[in-house]
Amino acid sequence: MDAHGHAHEMPWIRRYVFSTDHKIIAIQFLLMSLFFLVVGGLLAAMIRWQLGFPSEPMPGGMLLPDEMMAPTPAGAIMLPEFYNSLVTMHGTIMIFFAIMPLLVGVFGNLLIPLQIGADDMAFPRLNMASFWMAFPAGLLMLASFAVEGGAAGAGWTSYAPLSASGEYTGVYLGQQLWLISLTILGFASLAGAVNYITTIINMRAPGMTWFRMPLATWALFITAILILLAIPILAGALIMLLFDQTIGTGFFLPASDGEPLLWQHLFWFFGHPEVYILILPAMGITSDVLANGARKPVFGYHAMVLAIVSIAFLSWIVWGHHMFQSGMNPMLGTTFMITTMVIAVPSAIKVFNWLGTIYKGNIHLHTPMLHALGFVSMFIIGGLSGVFMASTPVDVYIHDTYFIVAHIHYVLFGGSLFAIFAGITFWYPKMFGRLMNEKWGRIHFWLTLILYNLVFWPMHSIGIQGHMRRIYDPTQYEFLQPLQPINQFITVCVFALVAVQAIYALNFIISIWKGKKAGNNPWHANSLEWTVPSPPPHGNFELVPIVYRGPYEYSAPDVEEDYWLQDAPPPRETAAPALEPQPVAD
Amino acid sequence: MSWMLPDSYSTFGPDVDFLYYAILVVTGIVFVITEALLVYFVIRYRRRDGQKATYIHGSTKAEIIWTTVPFIAVLGLAFISIPSWNMMKNPDSVPADALDYIVNAKQFEWEITYAGADGVTGTADDISTINIMHVPVNQAVNITLRSEDVLHSFFLPEMRVKQDAVPGMDITVWFEATAAGAYPIGCAELCGNLHTTMGGTLNVYEATEFDAWVASQSADADDADDADDQEDQ
Amino acid sequence: MSQPAASTADRHPMPGMMVYNVKLGMWIFLLSEVMFFTALIGSYIILRFAHPDHFAEPGAVLNVPLTAFNTFVLICSSVSMVKAYAAITQGDQKGLRFWLLVTILLGTFFVGVQVVEYIILAREGFVPMVELYGVAHEIEGAALYGATFYTMTGFHGTHVTIGILCMWFVLYRAWQGKYSADNYGAVEIMGLYWHFVDLVWIILFTIVYLI
Ligand code: HEM
Ligand SMILES: [Cu+2]
Ligand SMILES: [Cu+2]
Repeated sequence: MDAHGHAHEMPWIRRYVFSTDHKIIAIQFLLMSLFFLVVGGLLAAMIRWQLGFPSEPMPGGMLLPDEMMAPTPAGAIMLPEFYNSLVTMHGTIMIFFAIMPLLVGVFGNLLIPLQIGADDMAFPRLNMASFWMAFPAGLLMLASFAVEGGAAGAGWTSYAPLSASGEYTGVYLGQQLWLISLTILGFASLAGAVNYITTIINMRAPGMTWFRMPLATWALFITAILILLAIPILAGALIMLLFDQTIGTGFFLPASDGEPLLWQHLFWFFGHPEVYILILPAMGITSDVLANGARKPVFGYHAMVLAIVSIAFLSWIVWGHHMFQSGMNPMLGTTFMITTMVIAVPSAIKVFNWLGTIYKGNIHLHTPMLHALGFVSMFIIGGLSGVFMASTPVDVYIHDTYFIVAHIHYVLFGGSLFAIFAGITFWYPKMFGRLMNEKWGRIHFWLTLILYNLVFWPMHSIGIQGHMRRIYDPTQYEFLQPLQPINQFITVCVFALVAVQAIYALNFIISIWKGKKAGNNPWHANSLEWTVPSPPPHGNFELVPIVYRGPYEYSAPDVEEDYWLQDAPPPRETAAPALEPQPVAD
Repeated sequence: MSWMLPDSYSTFGPDVDFLYYAILVVTGIVFVITEALLVYFVIRYRRRDGQKATYIHGSTKAEIIWTTVPFIAVLGLAFISIPSWNMMKNPDSVPADALDYIVNAKQFEWEITYAGADGVTGTADDISTINIMHVPVNQAVNITLRSEDVLHSFFLPEMRVKQDAVPGMDITVWFEATAAGAYPIGCAELCGNLHTTMGGTLNVYEATEFDAWVASQSADADDADDADDQEDQ
Repeated sequence: MSQPAASTADRHPMPGMMVYNVKLGMWIFLLSEVMFFTALIGSYIILRFAHPDHFAEPGAVLNVPLTAFNTFVLICSSVSMVKAYAAITQGDQKGLRFWLLVTILLGTFFVGVQVVEYIILAREGFVPMVELYGVAHEIEGAALYGATFYTMTGFHGTHVTIGILCMWFVLYRAWQGKYSADNYGAVEIMGLYWHFVDLVWIILFTIVYLI
């Protein structure tokens, strides 16, 4: 399989479509998940229209089929079953087809081989297969909107029995496609996880010890382990639910004394590790970018690694906090409350270490740094709101209200997505050879940060007033009617928030051709990806790099510059190990 | 936009609200300190050309402090939550003199049965209503929560009560209202297309009014169903 | 790029890390398989504890002696797999081919017996559905039992079948003489997978048939 040498003679289709090069696959995942991010955003805008202006004709609604929007003389009005599909598909698409592939598919593929000094993944063809499973799975998920009965409408959590039989919702095929699509995506994620773990364990360059790995790679490594162990649980549950739906088993159906709660246990046993799958890589990216922006070593590198590892362990024993009000034994509730409270501690440790990282720095506020700081400040809010829900008596009141919706979005939008913006902007040169525009990057950041908070901060408040989540028309409840102005305000801000993302999209697209040429190391960073051209050639490293130090030696007194590449030989001859850079040919 | 809870009218209210405000204070302090430090550091240590950042890798002492302090804080919050949780959700905590009810959830209504004076359901003095629950004030009520089809969640915001109804399970829910009045009932678990319509009303009566209500229902027990239907309009 | 970088397949692992990629990858993959069967077996245990009355006594519905024999056959196939592996580490091509074929035959026999067992059980009315053609399950309350039984054993059977297909491929390559005393990675990971599937069966047999 000596393809690398002939990279430039390969036909177009092998180089860009069915490529085995991890950098190309990263770009493929990037384009795919940005597409789904846009789709998910549009779904959210439709949800918000209905919430802000319940049962008023939706602008453009006439374009959608009558099964979704009921036509009236004044315009098309959203049907409740379509609303449920929107809520379900928004959550599903954002979590499984936008955030997860962005963090794991894009940054995992792009960064792991480059940061550990490998020429590619351990299994390049498996890597290609991973993308070519994930993408059709996403299309299948979208296609379910078009089938008889509409798309799945039981929430992204698809609680049984609502999801287990079409007779409750009228959705048959849509729910089945949902299950099949996620099963296929599960295979894609597993393929990725096996690849990442093997690559990191086996293919680190000489000198790249475990504790010289950048935290982004550390986080992706632990994330891959979580994926490896959590996704099969989901797959098992999905398959059982699919059997309930199709061949008529009764795992989760009370008609045969099946257990609806079993679905919840399986789902959240997967689901809580999953939410950390969605945040750990973001934390790693943030650490890399913060140290770079602050021109300082990451504060407490070992503590950071330890925090990631302990989060990963603890994430297996907290799933019950999603089920406090589910009818689970209250004693179990107490146990899960304690474990959940404890898992807030490593998150807190990470926040304090990030603050330590910028303390006494020499802070360059470039766009990635702004987004990384945005991540930290928003993740603080999301983590703290988690503590409210962890307290079981308080959760009685706020469970399944907009308070939870606020929490999810502070960790996933304010958290993961800001880190994704940071990461894309930071490593853009390693994908496209150029830098994104700084000015527009900053404008986009500030507008997003402000609008984002205008959208999600008030959701805490309406949640506290008792506003349930996933309701089609809040004005049906008299006690929620006074909150309607807030709902309208949120909706208007959502439209603005979605609109300003166009700035990022344009910046992203135009910079591919018009951006400033980046050179090897535009951010004056230390890790190995910055020692090679942007974008790196096929095979990445001309010589196997030799690593002499950790990735965060910013502002070290031993060198004049405020950065020190990981593979730069030490200044004193005596310190140099016997290793010499060697050509990679065998 | 406010972080204040709406008033509560049950014996759970003070507990839940106290815990909520305790957490609000603790997290509020952490929030203000961390965000303020973040902003302060960004301004104080902003870029100065020709200058290097201070080369520090960390501090074991700091790590120990900011591991143990949050650890103690969150465990403290967990432990003060336990008694209230047990009171609210443990079936053993239901007062012996509680009035018995059955709430049967189904797409898309609440079928509420008051067991009557004999405290036994399935007897002639049962009173069934749809979407309206009648209870006396200052008197514990003991609800057996059921579902006929899918999950629902029985939500009484002012009573600080929420419990999923699960088909195939009988779940005990109890509360004691502390002020007469009419309060909303909501469904907090997505249960299908018309989930949003699954609201209702909780009528909390003074003891005498409640007796009067019971009497009025028993008086025309034969056409009790018709009376319910009218009440729903 | 004066020096083309080596392709990944023949790249050496880090010094000291002598587990080569494919073998490590297989171990990692098997970990995820463990979790998959954990989900299925865990669900079975939970459902059975919740509704003991829906699950028949050992041997009441399932044919334990037949399956015990089948289990023995599968264990034998693990032994023959080891033999195949041992043969190729010595460079014994004939031994490799012979023992691979024996493994395939034993595996196929195992799956065959399973299929026959399924047919017999289904004829007796033991099916995974709550109702069949609108008629409630024939064996009173056994729908959960049927659903868990067929799902667990069915997924195991699928794994065995996939293993057999892969083994045909390995055998084909063995016939072409692709393996030798210093190139037997495919045989090794085939063996890992096969032993894993065997181990899962022993667990399944114990908890589904015996307990
Ligand atoms: C600081 C630690 C955290 C704590 C203590 C915490 C606690 C909780 C609790 C108790 C719930 C259940 C609330 C309910 O349904 O009543 C919840 C929901 C949720 N959390 Fe967190 N959380 C934390 C961090 C995170 C992070 C980092 C993420 C994701 C990146 C996350 C994502 C979610 C999501 C998506 C849900 C909602 C699931 C749903 O019902 O749809 N959480 N969290
Ligand atoms: Cu969770
Ligand atoms: Cu509902």
